[in-house]
Amino acid sequence: MLTSAVRGIARRSFSTSKCSAVQQMTVRDALNSALDEEMEKDERVFLLGEEVALYDGAYKVSRGLWKKYGEKRVIDTPITEAGFCGIAVGAAMAGLRPVCEFMTFNFSMQAIDQIINSAAKTFYMSAGKVNVPIVFRGPNGAAAGVGAQHSQCFGAWYSHCPGLKVISPYNSEDAKGLLKAAIRDPDPVVVLENELLYGVQYPMSDEALSKDFVLPIGKAKIERVGKHITLVAHSKAVELALEAANELAGKGIEAEVINLRSLRPLDINTVVQSVAKTHHVVTVEQGWPQCGIGAEISARISESEAFFHLDSPVIRVTGVDGPMPYTKSLEAVALPQTPDVILAVNKVLGVSQ
Amino acid sequence: MIPGCIRSLSRQSSHRNYGSWSKVASLFSSRKNNYATEASFETKPFRLHKLDSGPSTHVSVTKEDALKLYKQLHTIRRMETAAGNLYKEKIVRGFCHLYSGQEACAVGIKAALRDQDSVITAYRAHGWTYLMGIDPVGVLAELTGRQSGNARGKGGSMHMYARNFYGGNGIVGAQVPLGTGIAFAHKYQNTGGVCVALYGDGAANQGQIFEVYNIAKLWDLPCIFVCENNGYGMGTSVERASASTEYYTRGDYVPGIWVDGMDVLAVREASRFAVDHCTSGKGPIVMETATYRYSGHSMSDPGTSYRTREEIQEVRQTRDPITSFKERILNANLVSAEELKKLESEIRKTVDDAVKIAKADKEIPLNELTTDIYAECLETEIRNTTPFNPLSHARLGPAVNI
Repeated sequence: MLTSAVRGIARRSFSTSKCSAVQQMTVRDALNSALDEEMEKDERVFLLGEEVALYDGAYKVSRGLWKKYGEKRVIDTPITEAGFCGIAVGAAMAGLRPVCEFMTFNFSMQAIDQIINSAAKTFYMSAGKVNVPIVFRGPNGAAAGVGAQHSQCFGAWYSHCPGLKVISPYNSEDAKGLLKAAIRDPDPVVVLENELLYGVQYPMSDEALSKDFVLPIGKAKIERVGKHITLVAHSKAVELALEAANELAGKGIEAEVINLRSLRPLDINTVVQSVAKTHHVVTVEQGWPQCGIGAEISARISESEAFFHLDSPVIRVTGVDGPMPYTKSLEAVALPQTPDVILAVNKVLGVSQ
Repeated sequence: MIPGCIRSLSRQSSHRNYGSWSKVASLFSSRKNNYATEASFETKPFRLHKLDSGPSTHVSVTKEDALKLYKQLHTIRRMETAAGNLYKEKIVRGFCHLYSGQEACAVGIKAALRDQDSVITAYRAHGWTYLMGIDPVGVLAELTGRQSGNARGKGGSMHMYARNFYGGNGIVGAQVPLGTGIAFAHKYQNTGGVCVALYGDGAANQGQIFEVYNIAKLWDLPCIFVCENNGYGMGTSVERASASTEYYTRGDYVPGIWVDGMDVLAVREASRFAVDHCTSGKGPIVMETATYRYSGHSMSDPGTSYRTREEIQEVRQTRDPITSFKERILNANLVSAEELKKLESEIRKTVDDAVKIAKADKEIPLNELTTDIYAECLETEIRNTTPFNPLSHARLGPAVNI
């Protein structure tokens, strides 16, 4: 399915879209068009957060929306996360469809009570009366050179909590299709974007360019088909897995790469089916190891029939188990690199390097 | 203005100050059987913050309204007494925060609200739930965790909901940003409604409240911030928790009003003023209701280690919101003792019957453990305590925001 032509067009992408006449779009623009289309479609949808309006968004995701929709629907807030996040949750309880932007998810810690205790639990506590249709979105995970407080993945934190849905898009199609699904969803959805991918271009199929393009939350995507080992990743780590798969292919190892897309629900069925075929799994993520996404996948495999298909243990490739240093050389090795994935694959397959 | 009232403004210095109320005009033209159809009284002066003028201290009430207010006050008291007893019988589990002593705050505010207005409160939510349209069975069966409960027994004491009523919230102060968001929705959707967001003197020191004072004022949101000052945040008196105990001024640039929270008519008057303030486009307002909690913070608190029994006794005798209102409307010949007695016995029966139902009712079936986690569940199954017997998700409630 994959051709070198695709690779030539978009080095980082292994989309299954047709390679001819495929339009390129950055993740930033994909998110922007998702917001634009859903705001146009539904008057109840509004965007609030720090610098989303006049400044066009700290990362320019909301560029042009304030001009188009005005201050009623694109709203700059003061730098008070607990306050504006709580307001957004309250507005959702009262019938609106807020998109609450955190300038980065690191700042969402100031407001995590409202996300967990107010947004995620109210529907259950009210015995199904008050559902909370809200989207919390913003950049997540390690950026570059921003130190410990701004370099963290919250995938494990939020996907731990029942009542929330959590998505972690990788490329532009993911970003657009999943954000639109999140805005239309009647439950609270956490959308973990990646800052370093905002400016990266990926192909957008004609279908993905359509206003009707929505991806299902809770379904993973097989980015690359392989038969020897399964690499399971989300967000920017998908890129890493694809690069590793590319390199491994040169040595005759065909890795199947699964882009999780959603962290909750976690599409464990796609993983299980892949494992039944490949008998080997390596998980790849940028977050910390303990109680991480890889840990969850490993546990879910152990608890499923997939365990009996394994020929070797599940191995996690993760960020180093420590805070992120500012030091450039240290930062580089604090996050998993392609050789780490290849090392893990070789160990799992018992291949000498 | 009314010297006899000013005399006892503060909680500590209170004497039988309701006795000093002036019955200004108790008899109106249309008299039947020597009973008035409307009576007027003077309230304690309101204290104002960043307001040029406040509500009138001259308040009047019709016979019909007086009976309605009395019914509500008395029902809440009766219901809370029943709740306390159910707790002592170990039928109510976990948390149970009683509203006894504070009834006039909720009843007075509710009397000023219109159909389009919303309310959100803290964990002391039983009285409000009843006022927002849930009958005593819905409240008490929720406390006993049974299926007739307002949230089918799944929410418990702090989590009850109704149309335009967004709960109970178990996280101190968290309901205030939510209420501000509900006010935002009122403005966004042009409903003309306001949202009342209530919190206690303890929560008044939470940072998120100051965050939303700021945003509400900045965006002119129709939000009435009500600080129910009952003197203690759990066991910490206001003086030991707050650098300023003038809670009605603590919105700084948000105008504020102080009202005697033991006087249902004063609270109603102040609330009408607050509603007018918000709906005239002036943005939010803070209202402090000075009140008192007879019970401990929760059922595990005897409520006597940080205050004296004498203090509680004195408030009961001199400032009780129900006794005082009863005396006023009786003295004004607005209602007869017989009428009130009849009402009281009806309420007793209603609450007693509700208690019986709340005790005898069943709990929801076990399969509701995994019902209504999501409005639209995308999980294929819900994990059980072990992976060997997964559960399925079901939908039952109406999900009002689809």
